[in-house]
Amino acid sequence: MNAMAPMTSVPAMSEAVFALTLALLLLAPLAIAGVALINAGLGRSRSAAQAMLGNLALGAIAVIVFALVGAAFAGTLGNSEAAFHVAGKTWGVLGLGPFLMHGLGSAAPQAQLALLFEFMAVAMAAMIPWGSGADRWRLSAGCASAAVLAGIVFPLAAHWIWGGGWLAQLGANFGLGAGFLDAGGAATVHALGGLTALALVWIAGPRRGKFPREGLSTAIPGHNAVYVLFGCLLALVGWLAWNAAGAVIWLHAPLAALPGTAINTLLAAAAALLATFAVTRFRFGKPDASLCANGWLAGLVTSTACAALATPAEAIFAGAVAGFFTPLLVEVLELAISIDDPSGAIAVHGASGLWGLVAAGFFAPQTGQLLAQLVGIAALLGLVLPLVYLLFALLNRVVAFRVDPDGERIGMDLHELGGGAYPEFVIHRDESYR
Amino acid sequence: MKYAGLLVMPAGFFLTLAALLLFSDAQRQTAFVLCGLAVEAMGLVVAVRGHMPARGASRP
Repeated sequence: MNAMAPMTSVPAMSEAVFALTLALLLLAPLAIAGVALINAGLGRSRSAAQAMLGNLALGAIAVIVFALVGAAFAGTLGNSEAAFHVAGKTWGVLGLGPFLMHGLGSAAPQAQLALLFEFMAVAMAAMIPWGSGADRWRLSAGCASAAVLAGIVFPLAAHWIWGGGWLAQLGANFGLGAGFLDAGGAATVHALGGLTALALVWIAGPRRGKFPREGLSTAIPGHNAVYVLFGCLLALVGWLAWNAAGAVIWLHAPLAALPGTAINTLLAAAAALLATFAVTRFRFGKPDASLCANGWLAGLVTSTACAALATPAEAIFAGAVAGFFTPLLVEVLELAISIDDPSGAIAVHGASGLWGLVAAGFFAPQTGQLLAQLVGIAALLGLVLPLVYLLFALLNRVVAFRVDPDGERIGMDLHELGGGAYPEFVIHRDESYR
Repeated sequence: MKYAGLLVMPAGFFLTLAALLLFSDAQRQTAFVLCGLAVEAMGLVVAVRGHMPARGASRP
């Protein structure tokens, strides 16, 4: 193992491109705000304040931990990495940059831009599983999980994919297209967040009363469809900026390619929404608002991988596939395999992120790109998911993930914060607690 | 059973790595990578089944 393997350099960025990318990145937090609103809206009213505070707290913890530790392992500011040499190839596994962001001021502006993108990405990745643990995941445990994610797991994936690690080098080492491509974070943010949500739901278990002894699972609808749908609109603005900024930073796309990237983002989301609308209209007789929101978000997630690589028709196809399968997958997860995922993050972020990566492999012009994408997906499923599960299972022994039954009964707001999001509302007794 | 599934998944990942190292032609690489993904999928199915709560376990 070589601890000082040099990393590949990236082409220089003109001042105009730099300024535009920075402006785009300043809009990207709207995507995070959208996801936060969706997470809060899909939970119960008696946990709404805890859900929203959790979104902020997890994002804050993730950003701080990433600044202190994670950025060093992601290798964004450093020029060296821990690498294996196998079969004459270099396999970069971990960045070895300076801790505490030492040298940030003297780093190239382009590297600082990449670091800013990674800050947004780690905040989003930490926030995604929070919605899946709604109404039962303790705030302290959520913060601890965000720290683990931002300090260990996210930097690992970020280095492999964005930091010139072994997945990025698949093209140079094995002739697999341009290496693993993930311009907007479909792997590092969404698939990672979705798989983390799966690990969390496995460890924390379902909400009480969700799966009764007899009959179907209990429907526990989100408390505010308006939050959820407005979150979708807000997320669109952020996503348009996010995907364009990612295309410039990670794919070195020219400015002329950015309108196409934004159009593809919009088309993928629109196609996904219409597909989900049609599926839920056909399945239930009426379109389902929360599933349509999930479909819209699934289209956006799919676009993070392929918007910069696809044609408009391909973006519509990718979005429509995501929108078609998302409500079906949500249903299968809940009814067939008893997974209680209030925000649908496993289907929306996990499955759609993975689908987007496959679609990017199909649409990219380079030979062997699909194989590179499949290797990346294998790494996420085969290495990252078990790693997250192991870390979370250990963490659960130190900081219990699940709130006690009484806390779940009275709601996370009263139990954890001492006050509700809607103090003038009458809190109704939950039928499932009879 | 849940842990068995999670242990099988890295095995599938190492199969995909082996495909890259052992073969140079794209067809064999693709076949082995798909086999690796299939092994991961099997591990995932086992893990999912292992984590399915007993019916009624979530009732207070």
